Amino acid sequence: MSANGKPKFAMYWAASCGGCEIAVLNIGEKILDFDANFEVVFWPVAMDAKYKDVEAMPDQSILLTLWNGGIRNKENEEIAHLLRRKSQILVAFGSCATEGCIPGLANFSSTEEIFHAAYDSISSENPEKLRPQYRTQMPEGEISIPEFYPTLRTLDQVVKVDYYMPGCPPESHQIASVIDLVIQVLQGKATLPPAGSVIGAGISTVCDDCPRQRNVKLVKKFTRIQALQNPDPTLCLLEQGVPCNGPATRQGCGALCPQAGAQCIGCYGPAEGVIDYGARLISAFASVIDSTDPDEIEAILDGIPDPAGQFYRFNLAGSLLRAGMKSWSR
Amino acid sequence: MTENFEPVIIGFTCNWCSYRAADLAGTARIKYPPNVRLIRMMCSGRLDPSFVMKAFSEGADGVLITGCHPGECHYLEQNYKALRRFLLMRRTLAQFGIEPGRVKLVWASAAEGVRLANEISKIVEEVRALGPLNWPKWKDNGVHKIALHELEEV
Repeated sequence: MSANGKPKFAMYWAASCGGCEIAVLNIGEKILDFDANFEVVFWPVAMDAKYKDVEAMPDQSILLTLWNGGIRNKENEEIAHLLRRKSQILVAFGSCATEGCIPGLANFSSTEEIFHAAYDSISSENPEKLRPQYRTQMPEGEISIPEFYPTLRTLDQVVKVDYYMPGCPPESHQIASVIDLVIQVLQGKATLPPAGSVIGAGISTVCDDCPRQRNVKLVKKFTRIQALQNPDPTLCLLEQGVPCNGPATRQGCGALCPQAGAQCIGCYGPAEGVIDYGARLISAFASVIDSTDPDEIEAILDGIPDPAGQFYRFNLAGSLLRAGMKSWSR
Repeated sequence: MTENFEPVIIGFTCNWCSYRAADLAGTARIKYPPNVRLIRMMCSGRLDPSFVMKAFSEGADGVLITGCHPGECHYLEQNYKALRRFLLMRRTLAQFGIEPGRVKLVWASAAEGVRLANEISKIVEEVRALGPLNWPKWKDNGVHKIALHELEEV
């Protein structure tokens, strides 16, 4: 508890885009309830604070820490350990922290390839081909930047995590309901869910929230949604041959994308009980292919030009294999 | 090191055909390399691709999936489902850097002990030529997702 008696709150971003912070601010007037019940002690996006301020806090003094972002470098890892020590409840918040998300896709590339894309590729303005150096001598002494790790890890691959909140980003109404729950717990009106639970989402799949009609799926051709002739706005996208990730993806968003005419890309991560998100999708897609002939099946599969990207767009770092060989082999 | 390399192959077999083919090979004293560890399932259609991912992530150098010949599935057409999963899985694994030669699908009826033994010998030699996979044993400080334990208990 702080001087004003309010429990302390922290939010941190590691390898992430900042969308999770915006989703938190998107909760609207609920932010006033939040402010009435918590004292924000550390939130680099929203307020000025130094790591040494956190280090000076007693262990376990922060009640709730929302962590978004994967563990990409040494700084991320050190702060993860620091905030774990200082926090009573640590929530892996958003897809990056729970399963790696888009930054985790770099686990298909070597460190050299990542640096090349960032500093030498056609999209970079870097005529002198400068690369960051871990250590640099300056007149004032040596300065350093954090070491870049070969793979991105999820938060629970680095420290113990109490709760998981999926989504890229988590939907604001889900964030609001989780904050509501925590406030009710503080007031003694509710109890926390079991440790290790996924919060702010359902247990079934996006298909269960999707209003599109489902029949027997028999697909002769996979196609990008943009290339679909006369798309049926009421029929299941997968039935129309569009690779939709709904069958493996956790419900929680309200099936926003399929309702807007776009396929589910899987940002809410694996549904309850799914061990490997990509493996579940391989099963689902293989089941709908209408062929028993190996050559014809191969031709149909050509309609999914990047299967690993399709199946692991959000989940690579959290999958069983975790990373492509290029990222870890010497 | 590579000279002494003995590949570890996980073989998924169907209760109704390939497992019995392996049984027949044993009864008939047909020799095949001991590198393959056979796991019996009720049907090749039971093969969840996550079994293969788990095998590779925990030290297997190759995976052999076996089932009934097309048209002969005990459950009508689940071996076709296995075929489609296998073809899609092989493409996906290739993007991870796992060579297509490390994962193989073979049809073998209950009478084909010799054929199964030959196919096992073939994949063992092919994987031996590819060398060890050495997928990293990721060390976690935290606990992994709950669902993983379910698989380990099976």
